[in-house]
Amino acid sequence: MPLQTPPLRGIHDERGAKFTEFGGWDMPVEFDSIQAEHRAVREDVGIFDVSHMGQIHVTGPDAATLMQRLTSNDVSRLGVGDSQYATITDEEGIIIDDTVIYRLPDEGGHPTYLFVPNAGTDEATHQRWISYRNEWDLEATVDNQTDEYAMFAVQGPNASDLVERVADGSPADLSRFEATYATVDGIECWTARTGYTGEDGFELVVPWSEAETVWSRFDCQPCGLGARDTLRIEAGLLLAGQDFDVESNPRTPYEAGIGFTVDLETDFVGRDALATAEEAGVEEQLVGFQLIDRGVPRHGYDITNTEGRVIGTVTSGTMSPTLEKPIGLGYVPVEYADPGTTLQVVVRGQSKKARVETTPFIETE
Amino acid sequence: MSFDTPDDRRYQESHEWALETDGVVRVGISDFAQDELGDVVFVELPDEGDSVGQEEEFGVIESIKAVSDLYAPVSGEVVAINEELFDAPELVNDDPFGDGWMLEIEPSDESELEALLSADEYEDQIA
Repeated sequence: MPLQTPPLRGIHDERGAKFTEFGGWDMPVEFDSIQAEHRAVREDVGIFDVSHMGQIHVTGPDAATLMQRLTSNDVSRLGVGDSQYATITDEEGIIIDDTVIYRLPDEGGHPTYLFVPNAGTDEATHQRWISYRNEWDLEATVDNQTDEYAMFAVQGPNASDLVERVADGSPADLSRFEATYATVDGIECWTARTGYTGEDGFELVVPWSEAETVWSRFDCQPCGLGARDTLRIEAGLLLAGQDFDVESNPRTPYEAGIGFTVDLETDFVGRDALATAEEAGVEEQLVGFQLIDRGVPRHGYDITNTEGRVIGTVTSGTMSPTLEKPIGLGYVPVEYADPGTTLQVVVRGQSKKARVETTPFIETE
Repeated sequence: MSFDTPDDRRYQESHEWALETDGVVRVGISDFAQDELGDVVFVELPDEGDSVGQEEEFGVIESIKAVSDLYAPVSGEVVAINEELFDAPELVNDDPFGDGWMLEIEPSDESELEALLSADEYEDQIA
């Protein structure tokens, strides 16, 4: 299948970006240097093209019910302009995807939502919504708008100043997890104070045809998926398909450390299984660790106890550009999950000493 | 994009260079290779006194995004390693043909060096 291309593929190419396949998309992985881009976001501001993220639009008389029953958090708490992190789980309470849900201004007098599934999952998610809507006989319109909107993330301690200079509509006045329509060069963009780097920042949903105009107004370091990955690992944030995967690494939100996305007072697919799981407690959980010995932990490496018995697997790892230390995430039995616990990571056949750390690894805003 | 390829040394298809001075062959990786790897964050090298064979792995280089094996361009005994790379692996990015060198080998077969690619031949390979 041919790769999907973001609207700015040509612009990125001219800028000298290197590309990688991610979730079926041909995305920039690096513009200048992952470390330089990473530093820009930690110390100043950078912009990411995250047009590979899905956009699903839901409205109609039963839109709220549909969203409530298919996501784990309490959608009824969202007023217009609020957003919420949630998981999409199967009947067994296993995470299929994680997502951010935005409540848009009402359409036709009905609550209206935009939610953002991960790259490559938009069509499956769209079908899931349609299928359950039909099964439950609900009245809601569900549109997959992934190909209609680009998405940019402007992140860093100076993101607010930059957004204030570039956009009209006071997005800089937003609180964390609030969103509003703002205009850039007269182009209306859904602008949310959210992000995936651990820094203050904004995400803009931009009409595909206007992507270049909006992108070019943000005069700051362009950043690729490489920096996005190192930043999110430092912030202890999960990557779908790697830190959880419904097929290869099935996990509940409790195991993945995002139990806060589950509201058992609401009724949703997977709710009963998660109530049982919450009652029973987890046997394994995702931990952050730092490698004490020299080396770099990578996805798929074994984690052992100090006797050398394999107890888990690294799901994400990198050399932290901020800490200049090798760090990672992985699942281990709960008896090994306390910060300070000594573990080992097997790096190309050699056992390297590691220590469980609290996440996020860095101080975030 | 064009890359430096100094013609005072020989090259291996796996992107290592070899520079002979007074009977000792210094080894590193090319400008093209360091650019492909991106930010180098870790280098694993053999010990002094170890023997290496031509085209055999002698170490590992890791950037943030990739792990790559390093291959010896000539056979012989490792007589020096660049320990500075343990604390400053970024030297490979900053100066791949100079301060970012990796090891020195006392070659056991001089003809191996001659069989490596010339700068022109290597440039054709990466073009």
